[in-house]
Amino acid sequence: MISAKPKKKFPFHIFVFLAPAVIIYSLFMVYPLLDSLRLSFFTELDGKEIFTGFSNYNRLLNDPNWKPRFWGAVKNNSIFFIIHMLVQNPLGLALAALISMKSVKGRDLYRAFFFLPSILSFVIVGFVWQLILSPLWGIGEGIMGFLKLGEYFKPWLGLEGSALIALSLISVWQFIGIPMMLLYAALIGIPDELIEAARIDGANNWKIFWGIKFPIILPTVGMVGILTFVGNFNAFDLIYTTQGALAGPNFSTDLMGTLFYRTFFGQQLQLGNPTMGATVAAMMFLIILVGVLLYMFGWQRRVTTYDL
Amino acid sequence: MNLSWDKSKRRASNTLPHIPLMFFTLIALFPIVLIVINSFKERKAIFRTPYHLPTAETFSFKGYITLFERADFELYFLNSFIVVALSMFFILFLGAMAAFALAEYDFPGNPILGLYLAIGIMIPIRLGTVSILRLVVSLGLINTLTALIMVYIAQGLPMTIFILTQFMKSAPKDLKDAARVDGASEYRIFWLILPLVRPALATVAIFTMVPIWNDLWFPLILANGEKTKTVTLGTQVFLGQFVIDWNAVLSSLTLAMVPILILYLIFSKNLIRNITAGSVK
Repeated sequence: MISAKPKKKFPFHIFVFLAPAVIIYSLFMVYPLLDSLRLSFFTELDGKEIFTGFSNYNRLLNDPNWKPRFWGAVKNNSIFFIIHMLVQNPLGLALAALISMKSVKGRDLYRAFFFLPSILSFVIVGFVWQLILSPLWGIGEGIMGFLKLGEYFKPWLGLEGSALIALSLISVWQFIGIPMMLLYAALIGIPDELIEAARIDGANNWKIFWGIKFPIILPTVGMVGILTFVGNFNAFDLIYTTQGALAGPNFSTDLMGTLFYRTFFGQQLQLGNPTMGATVAAMMFLIILVGVLLYMFGWQRRVTTYDL
Repeated sequence: MNLSWDKSKRRASNTLPHIPLMFFTLIALFPIVLIVINSFKERKAIFRTPYHLPTAETFSFKGYITLFERADFELYFLNSFIVVALSMFFILFLGAMAAFALAEYDFPGNPILGLYLAIGIMIPIRLGTVSILRLVVSLGLINTLTALIMVYIAQGLPMTIFILTQFMKSAPKDLKDAARVDGASEYRIFWLILPLVRPALATVAIFTMVPIWNDLWFPLILANGEKTKTVTLGTQVFLGQFVIDWNAVLSSLTLAMVPILILYLIFSKNLIRNITAGSVK
C-alpha cells in the first residue's frame, strides 16, 4: 500500500547517530575478538595459516613444554584472585562501613586518600613498592625493625615462595579504594528510617550492619566480586613492571596476562607465536566468560534486590 | 553522673573509628609521600635520612636534570596528552550520539544493538590483541598515536554508551516535544539534550581517562617507537635502564604521578559526589 504522503521517511538521523560508534567498536573490538578466536584454530606454517582444529588447545593443555606454564598461570592467577577476595574486598567493606557512619567526621578526606592509589599506573605502583621493599634502601626493613619485627624481613619480591603473595598485596593496596567507593555508595543509599527503626528496637551497630545493611548491599558485594574477577584474570602490567615478562622468580608470579604476552611476542629463546597467543587469549576469554555467567545465573538471580 | 558517662561513651564511639581510618590513611599515603620527598634530595640523604623532608643542605634537582637530559619526557607527556584528549573527545561525543539514539528512538533491533554494545563492558579488549596488532599493521598505523586512539575509543565506548543511555532516558520529554513542534531537526534536539547530561559526562570522562593515561599494554605493543612513547611506557623503559640511578628513578616516578594527582585533586570532589549520586536518587 503506497500512501500519497508517507507517514515516516527513512530515519536517516538514527543511522547518523549510531554509525560512528558502532563502526569503531565493531572494527577495533568485536572483530579482533572474533578473529582472535578464529586464529586459535589455525597454525602458521611458512607464512600461511592452516586450519588445525583443536591442536593448539591440545598443545597448550597437554604438551610437556606448555602444560606446566598454562596450569601454573591458572593456579597463580587463582591465588592472586583469592587474595583479593579475602583481603581487598573485606577491608574495602570495613572501610566503607566506617566512613559511612554518621558520627565520623572528615569522611570526604578519608575517601579521597583511600581512593588515591587506584588512579596511579601499575608502573608507578610497582616501582614504588619495589623501592620500598628493596634491601638496598632498607625502608621496609627499617619499618619492621621499628615494630621489633626486623628479623622477619626478607626481600619478598625476589623469593619464589613469597613473590606472588607480595604482588597480590601490592595490588590490593592499589585498588582497595574501588570496592570501598562502590560499597560506600550502596551503604549511604540505605534510608535512615530503616536504621532508626532497628535502633529503637534495641539493635546495636554490629547487629544493624549484618542484619540490615549487609543484606541490602549484597547485590553491590556481588558486583565488586565479579569486577575483581575480570580485573584479576586480565592483569599484566604490575607483574611485567616488577618481575619482567618472564614473571620470575622461576615463573612463580606468572599470570594469564604475562603468559599471553610471552606466548604472543616471544621471550629470549622462545619465538613469538601469534596463533598460540590467540589460544591463550581464548582460554582467558573462556575463564572470564565462565565467571561472568556464574555471576549472572548463579548469583544475580538468587540475590534479592530490595527496592528502596 | 549517668549523663556524663553517656557523653564519654559517645565521645569514644566518635573517636574510635578514626584509629583504623588514620592507620589506613598512613598506609595509603606513606609510599607516595616517601617517593615525592626523596626525589628532591641528593643521593646520600635518600639513604641516610629517607623520612626527612629535604633541607637546604640535602635539596637537589639532580634526578630531574638527568631525566630531561637522558629521556624525552616532554615528548612523552605531549604524546600522552594528545592520546588522552582525542580519545576522550571521541568517546564522549560518539558515545553520547549513540546513547541518544538508543534512548530516544524506538526502532527495530534497538534492544539487541544495546546489548551488542554492552558486551564490551565485561570482555577486556586486550584479549583481541593478536588481531588488533594485525589490523593496525594492515592499516599502516603501527607506531602511530592514531592506533592507540582508535583502540581506546573502542575500549571506552561500551561503558560510556551504557551509562549515558540511562541518563538520556531521564531527560524531560516536554523539552524535546516543544522543540519538535518548533520544527527543530533531530540533530538540534541532540544538542539541546547534551548539556542536561553534563554531570554524567564528567563521571564517564574520569572513569575512562584514568585507564587510558595509565595503560602500558597497548603502547608497549602498538606504539613502542621513541616518537610515540606515552608517559607510562616512557617511564617504564626509563626505569628499566636507570635502575641504579636512585635520583633519576625517584624523579621520574614523581613526575609520572604529578599530572594525574593534580587532576585528581581538581576532580575528586566532583567524582566522588557523582559516584555516590547514583545511589541517592
